[in-house]
Amino acid sequence: MPKLHELAHCRAGDKGDTSILSLIAYRPEDYPLLEQRVTAEAVKRHLQGIVEGEVRRYELPELWALQFVCEHSLGGGVTTSLGLDAHGKSLSYALLEMAV
Amino acid sequence: MPKSPLRIGAGAAFSGDRIDPAIVLAERGDLDFHVFECLAERTIALAQLRKRRDSSKGYDPLFERRMEGLLPLLAKRRFRIVTNMGAANPEAAADVLIAIARRLKVPLKVAVVHGDDVLDRIDLDSPTMERGRAISDSGPLVSANAYLGADALLPALESNADVIISGRVADPSLFVGPMVHHYGWAPDDFDRLARGTAVGHLLECAGQLCGGYFAEPGRKDVPDMAHLGFPFADVDAEGNAMVGKVSGTGGRIDLATAKEQLLYEVTDPYGYVTPDVVADFTTVSLKETAPHRVAVNGARGRPRPAKLKVSVGYLAGYIGEGEIGYAGVNALARARLAGDIIRARLGVQFPKLRIDLIGSRSLHGHSFDVEEKPYEVRLRIAGRAATAEQAMTIGEEVEALYTNGPGGGGGTRKYVHEQIGIVSTLIDRERVPTRVTVKEWNGHAEAA
Repeated sequence: MPKLHELAHCRAGDKGDTSILSLIAYRPEDYPLLEQRVTAEAVKRHLQGIVEGEVRRYELPELWALQFVCEHSLGGGVTTSLGLDAHGKSLSYALLEMAV
Repeated sequence: MPKSPLRIGAGAAFSGDRIDPAIVLAERGDLDFHVFECLAERTIALAQLRKRRDSSKGYDPLFERRMEGLLPLLAKRRFRIVTNMGAANPEAAADVLIAIARRLKVPLKVAVVHGDDVLDRIDLDSPTMERGRAISDSGPLVSANAYLGADALLPALESNADVIISGRVADPSLFVGPMVHHYGWAPDDFDRLARGTAVGHLLECAGQLCGGYFAEPGRKDVPDMAHLGFPFADVDAEGNAMVGKVSGTGGRIDLATAKEQLLYEVTDPYGYVTPDVVADFTTVSLKETAPHRVAVNGARGRPRPAKLKVSVGYLAGYIGEGEIGYAGVNALARARLAGDIIRARLGVQFPKLRIDLIGSRSLHGHSFDVEEKPYEVRLRIAGRAATAEQAMTIGEEVEALYTNGPGGGGGTRKYVHEQIGIVSTLIDRERVPTRVTVKEWNGHAEAA
């Protein structure tokens, strides 16, 4: 199975303890597959051990993009996290590891 | 009719950002406004700590360097600067700027926006937006700053000051302020405010719109990253815009970089909340119109929120860290053994000790299949402590692995970091009055 990495690019951002993952198809024809396969539940399952809270998904077909808002994903947030990447900046590439 | 389009440049994405691209944009961008957004969540709390130690400090640490580079250009090119580099002490920043103007012999008018500091009036019993517990439960408070909107900038813009310095202003509002001032949008013109907000959001991270934080060799190539340019937007009277960068700079602006930036850190694309408007980004359309030019059209807006968000900084103790590297045969096993030893030695004092194997699984944990035989691996130990001395014991134990740990460890480092925590709350707008003061050096030598 191909990895998401082959179909889409991703950037991670943060607000408090919430990680925001923007997943964007390179080509519009791949967007329906992303919408079908990369559900909020699939992302939560894929990022188990990282995402501790709810995952909300927003669909943005105009942008060929899905936005995942992942709560309780940053070890309590920049302040309390002991992790090296307290902002979760590198999580974009964790999502792209997902098989679709 | 006001001049159209209005060209607004982005000079910084954060306090520590590179200065050269901002100078290039000032020199060659034919800007009307140059906006420097320099306050991340914790920046202002850290600035407040500096101000406590020295009442003449507490503004952006790179403020002088940025302004020394910009003022000579300001005299020639007639653009105006808007910045939140005042951080915890905009007044002191303005004083420093006037001194620089005098030294460089550049006549200058500076407007200072006051009013974001609400530490003296937040309700300590009110719940935080993050955890719902009272603010006073967080820890000793350092700072509380309301996110001001574009309206707070307007009197400063009307003063014709060359440089407008504020503390906390919502990032996109720093860009929306000049648009509202220039085109005279009404406070309830929510669609135009929303379009301006989308443009401000695209610009606020400067180089990130131009391919910064984007590149991946072979898949997402970005040309000439060493000379990555900063972006500008040509904004029309409707709030629609064309974003671009000056020719000769590195990077790329296209649909892919614009989409990543439009969605960056947006927790609800249907309702991006600023003090000015609630903007619906799902209605934004992006279109490549020329190399490194993207047209941004069509965000919709709803009425602004009744209250302002306040970011509260508090002292959150210390983090101690120690690191040591292992390489060659069984590097991972030796690093793991070293981690086990440290846990046994420090586990009572630090029950929540974090042990990372850098080069293996430090960033993404154990979720994915990874090669389990790295040639080298770096062990990192981190823990939280109430005092700097306690935090330092972590690095000391890691350093002692030299003579009391596995074979072949090298390159130890130890760190202690003071931690600032941030929680958010809301405040009524009436409780955050703002005002503007103006300072000026008119270019005449003063009597000795």
